[in-house]
Amino acid sequence: MDLSLETVRQMYRTMLTIRRFEEAAGNLYKKGLVKGGIHASIGQEAVAVGVCTALRPDDWITSTHRGHGHHIAKGADPKRLMAEILGKDTGYCRGRGGSMHVAAFDVGSLGASAIVAAGVPMGVGAALSAKMQGADRVVVSFFGDGAMGHGTLHESLNLAAVWDLPVIFLLENNQFAVSTRIDQSIALKDRQVLAKAYGMPGACVDGQDVLAVYAATHEAVELARSGGGPCFIECQTYRYEGHYFGEPQVYRTREEVEEVRRSRDPIARFGTLLETEYGVDREELNALEAEASQVVEEALAFAQQSPEPLPETYEEYVYA
Amino acid sequence: MPELTYQYEGKRSGTYLEAIREALHEEMRRDPTVFILGEDVGLHGGAFGVTKGLFEEFGPQRVRNTPICENTIVGASLGAAMTGMRPVAEIMFADFSALAFDQIVNQVAKVRYMFGGQCKAPLVLRMPQGGLSWKSAGAQHSQSVEAWYVHTPGLIVALPSTPYDAKGLLKAAIRDDNPVVFLEHKAMYSLKGPVPDEEYLVPLGQADVKRVGRDATVVAAGYMLHFALEAADRLAQDGIEIEVVDPRTLKPLDEETIFASVRKTNRAVVVQEACRTAGVGAEWGMLIYENCFDWLDAPVVRVTGQDVPIPYASSLEGLVWPRTEGIVQAVREVLYLKE
Repeated sequence: MDLSLETVRQMYRTMLTIRRFEEAAGNLYKKGLVKGGIHASIGQEAVAVGVCTALRPDDWITSTHRGHGHHIAKGADPKRLMAEILGKDTGYCRGRGGSMHVAAFDVGSLGASAIVAAGVPMGVGAALSAKMQGADRVVVSFFGDGAMGHGTLHESLNLAAVWDLPVIFLLENNQFAVSTRIDQSIALKDRQVLAKAYGMPGACVDGQDVLAVYAATHEAVELARSGGGPCFIECQTYRYEGHYFGEPQVYRTREEVEEVRRSRDPIARFGTLLETEYGVDREELNALEAEASQVVEEALAFAQQSPEPLPETYEEYVYA
Repeated sequence: MPELTYQYEGKRSGTYLEAIREALHEEMRRDPTVFILGEDVGLHGGAFGVTKGLFEEFGPQRVRNTPICENTIVGASLGAAMTGMRPVAEIMFADFSALAFDQIVNQVAKVRYMFGGQCKAPLVLRMPQGGLSWKSAGAQHSQSVEAWYVHTPGLIVALPSTPYDAKGLLKAAIRDDNPVVFLEHKAMYSLKGPVPDEEYLVPLGQADVKRVGRDATVVAAGYMLHFALEAADRLAQDGIEIEVVDPRTLKPLDEETIFASVRKTNRAVVVQEACRTAGVGAEWGMLIYENCFDWLDAPVVRVTGQDVPIPYASSLEGLVWPRTEGIVQAVREVLYLKE
């Protein structure tokens, strides 16, 4: 692993920033301060951070309704992200998008789509741009296991393979499409069959292991950047919250969630690894955690103090 | 099929299809970010031959055959458009755009607004639609789909009726920074009309008065425009002079040109090939009521297709589309001349 000490520290801090950020958003939601729904990725932080650490700032991603982590990991400003969740004019989308429809073009996020699988063909199109423009950019299209049954995902895999485009299909398998477990929604027990079927390299990694996610993505990125075409990566992960904050979760037991939290938490695991393999002591880890909390505190303050969009601006960006 | 009677000043005559191809050709030469994608658009030249010859000149990178996957064709077009390219996607038949409805309605139309102006989506979706002289294609290859897209904020919708308009509007659509659903009528591909030698654009959102008159206004776009002009000729034999307004762009609609005409003639007939319910004709009629009520001397009359899937058999198919005679009767109705 060619990651510097500074990089792994940064990865740890970013994972914690995502978690604290979504916990804070959840608290706002519970207080009734968030008007829309929030789909948290708590438990899945290693996927966002492992993938985005392998990307350059000028690489592009497409995200999903569960996309806060993708954005923070890609370098988005947590202040503007939190402001967007609160529907503020200082948000990334000036309050027009909200949590489910956030984008951060300044850091290469072409946006979250709240329609399952819809961001995937857009990622293919961005990869086509990169290729036609002669840039060595790559694109990562994030999608969940819920997208696996979607026609446009399969169309996109096919088109990217036919056109040999620099796009990485990133299956973030958190085990549930809303309430439906993957064994009820995905016929393929081994999703790598899909990569083979479309003639592209594939990998299946433990999505709770940020370094494993990084390594697989890094390899795919190197390949795509050098003209090797698309790749399909499955990250096996788990979401701790319901489909959205407040969702009743009748489809699983509390014990199941607690068991994953206890045994497979990506942040706790990475912290232990940093201590044992990188010689980062507990005090330093606590300091990184404090930095993450500070970033989120500042984001909260910024978002809450920001103004709402002015009513007379509702027709801005309208052309037809 | 009515002949193209509306004449622009010009030396050169070309078909509607050739005019569209010329627009693509000129814009691809002018701007290297413009490219074409779609089913069979390469060497084959598209299902109707519109892109014929472009593959030979611009090659497989800029004239891209796709698999049959409309939603992903549009999604990939959008992704490319948001990242610096100007794709022109051909949807083989407008009916098939239903396969791409999510991308068109939920993505293409929304991104600029939903993302707070962070991006633009300069793409064109060309879609041949309609029936009439383009016969016997049945329920899934003959529809007029403009109402699907006019009803969605965030889409510009054009429906040109002449070679001149088709070329100028398509060039404007390709240069526009926003998405344009560009509806072509299959039956008009062979229609001839003058096309200037020199470069020109037809601005989006600008209607055109195709025939000046005084007794009633007929609003008709696309192929219906020619039926309206034929009706105008017939009515003129009885001394009735109708004004024919061609919106050319259905969204944004040049309402003022329509209102000015109705305020002059005091009577209005709206015509659409598409099925009746919630079509553009209903919208035009309501706009006229809202804005020209005090000028109207008669209720607005709609001439439309029927609310049935387009049938295959010739004995049935002919019944579902409006014709010249229907427009003539509607004009006589608003003039209280109907027997």
